[in-house]
Amino acid sequence: MSSTLDIRNTFFQECEELLESLDDGLNMLASAIEDDLVDPEVVNGVFRAVHSIKGGAAAFGLDVLVRFAHQFETVLDEVRSGRLAPAADIVAIFLRCADYLADLVNSARNSVEPKSAAGPDLLKRLAQLVTPSAATPAPAVASPPAPVDTETGFQPLAIALDFGPGFDAPAEYRIRFAPSRQFYAVGNDAVLIFRALQDLGELTTQVDASLLPDLKDLDWAESYLTWDLTLTTQESLTAVQEVFEFVEGLCALEITAAQVEVDLPDPLTVDTSADAAAEIVAESEPKPEETPPPSPSGKTEARKGAAASGNGQKGSVRVDLELVDRLINIVGELVINQAVLAQCAHDAGLGGQSEIGVGLDEFRNLARELQENVMAIRAQSVKPLFQRMARIVREASDLAGKSVTFDTEGESVEVDKTVIERLVDPLTHIIRNAVDHGLEAQEARLAAGKSEVGRVRLTAAHRSGRVLIEVSDDGGGINRAKVKQIAIRKGLIPEDSVLDDSAIDKLLFLPGFSTAEKVTDLSGRGVGMDVVRSAIQSLGGRVNISSTPGKGTTITISLPLTLAVLDGMVVDVAGQTMVVPITAIVETLRPSAADLHRVAAGGVVVAVREHFVPIVDLAETFGHRPATADYSKMVLLLVESGEQERWALAVDRIHDQRQVVIKGLESNYGHVPGVAAATILGDGKIALIIDPDETAQRMQRKPQAPIARVSEEV
Amino acid sequence: MLTVLAIDDSRTIREMLRETLVNAGFDVHLAVDGQDGLDKLQSIQPHVIITDINMPRLDGFGVIEAVRAGSAFSALPILVLTTESAPDLKDRARKSGATGWIVKPFDDTKLVSAIRRITAH
Repeated sequence: MSSTLDIRNTFFQECEELLESLDDGLNMLASAIEDDLVDPEVVNGVFRAVHSIKGGAAAFGLDVLVRFAHQFETVLDEVRSGRLAPAADIVAIFLRCADYLADLVNSARNSVEPKSAAGPDLLKRLAQLVTPSAATPAPAVASPPAPVDTETGFQPLAIALDFGPGFDAPAEYRIRFAPSRQFYAVGNDAVLIFRALQDLGELTTQVDASLLPDLKDLDWAESYLTWDLTLTTQESLTAVQEVFEFVEGLCALEITAAQVEVDLPDPLTVDTSADAAAEIVAESEPKPEETPPPSPSGKTEARKGAAASGNGQKGSVRVDLELVDRLINIVGELVINQAVLAQCAHDAGLGGQSEIGVGLDEFRNLARELQENVMAIRAQSVKPLFQRMARIVREASDLAGKSVTFDTEGESVEVDKTVIERLVDPLTHIIRNAVDHGLEAQEARLAAGKSEVGRVRLTAAHRSGRVLIEVSDDGGGINRAKVKQIAIRKGLIPEDSVLDDSAIDKLLFLPGFSTAEKVTDLSGRGVGMDVVRSAIQSLGGRVNISSTPGKGTTITISLPLTLAVLDGMVVDVAGQTMVVPITAIVETLRPSAADLHRVAAGGVVVAVREHFVPIVDLAETFGHRPATADYSKMVLLLVESGEQERWALAVDRIHDQRQVVIKGLESNYGHVPGVAAATILGDGKIALIIDPDETAQRMQRKPQAPIARVSEEV
Repeated sequence: MLTVLAIDDSRTIREMLRETLVNAGFDVHLAVDGQDGLDKLQSIQPHVIITDINMPRLDGFGVIEAVRAGSAFSALPILVLTTESAPDLKDRARKSGATGWIVKPFDDTKLVSAIRRITAH
């Protein structure tokens, strides 16, 4: 059985979905306004999303959220009922409200302050959109209003029964009760009312059947009976009235209260004992005219709703993520197991066209297919991520005082859930940068003959087994002269460096680099593109930047589809098998002795086309043997790392290149520096997957100019 | 055992209803919107329906109208889950044939006693 906490979690999960559909709906609304084709069902959907958030929030006593959602909902209801036309500027406010609502949900979920302080301003704007008559006060949380009949203005008269010291004395209520035809038609039963009254105290009933016609004239659906009831109870009048709460207007009801004569010393008894003191406290007549078919608007709504039912709703199940991960793990094991079997069969001379060989081939194909399909379960579309970025663009453009249009493409591209989650921060940073630094100020744009509205574009696409995410802007492009100047000033590069354009662009990824002239809300947080880069790299991804002066900048992120498998280069290091992620490898080379140079600090560098690249000996790094003297007989894997431009990892031999199933080590061993994870190879051996970046940093050697040619020594 | 069909498009509210009603010893069936509720009516044969108003596909009024218009369940007690944002809703619910109403956020005890009050359980 679910606990309150589980339901709370459900609520926040549901909120995420509702916020997404809210965003969707509002965006559809925005484009529908342009085309002048507003679909009422879209407006209804938007209203419902906010309404549901409010409903759940009220159940959990989230006052702030309820208040804002209520105001938002009130205005949306105006649109829904046609009292307010949804113009573009109004939808823009709605979008901001949706952002703020998301902020409030997040704040309630994590018990933190909302990030944005836009609340009061948005509430004010919303209030301005409401026609006075529609404004309803924000509801009190968790305290349903006392039942008030809007027609009779009747309110429970608890004060009439304030008997002072004699309060404990049972009261006698005389109730005349005449149900109407409609009373029965809507599922009520007089007997059930009597039972409920009986629960309160002692009840006597007297039926008045004088209106009952002859059997032949009897209409089975008509109501002919009236009852006189006497209830003696210690309960309050309110409790008695509550029994009739649902049938107000469906019966003629008269409740008179008279306290039973008991021995009470209090003089008040005199006032309340006799019939003379009886007080009519409730009366309502049946209103048969109240039962025409419901208002036309209700009908159309229902019909439209029914029409929309044809919308293809895909069936889906909710599965615990842990279950999916376990499944992925098992399938991973299965793939490995298949590889082990294939190896055994091969070693036994049973491979190729033998029956076992053919069977194993089929097994391999099925295992792969199974693996791909299981991976697909974890995949999610990038759409929520993109929507979140739309929000970031709005925030950033507001703060920077720039007007920006935001386009997206490829929202349906699917990526592993974890990848999506871990993309949020880097992508947020890139998008903010694009708005803050990428796009010029409006005057500068006009001066350059561009539209004053800047454009930021976010796209996703599948490219050869990877996902490509691109953020581009139509701003001024990277000011390379300035970038270089800053890099020199900050001591990141020597003053006399000669760098080509792409090398200058890459300077942006160096730690501590920031081009912002003024420290703004957006960029003044001490993190730069280097953080973005290491975040992407930790996902097995790569990030690239390209820019055309005056035209804009594009940042491209290339990511693996999943974090469960990895394309690796299987290498031999001092008799050990290791795996280096292919994505990190720029090229592989077998150095000639002439390219190797020993440097002062004791390290060795290799000359690769005009550049000296320090060599990291994996065998030494992992303590398998002392550093070798002769790298010319080894293979070097050129890798890019965040800290240093390039390193060359020295290995004994390259085995092959293959997809490996990643097995985390952290839960068993904690974090091992230089080791990203492990995998099980086809022969059943375990191989470490190395983290080139960390391995290089572990060496903690800075590149230095070679002081002597060591080729003759080696 | 009393069989309840609870219709609400909010998963949160559905779970709350289920929790409350199962604890009260009822046989609880859930539907995600009005149309879903009507589709399930025949197979579930509930003693009482609890329905939200604002729902996609078919709203609560639609449910009430359809139930009252059909012959097999026309006298079935229907409780409407109303929200405070619609003061005239109670009225409208009654006009379309609702038996009673529960204000959201609902109080567990009140909900259960309201159900008992309008059913013979």
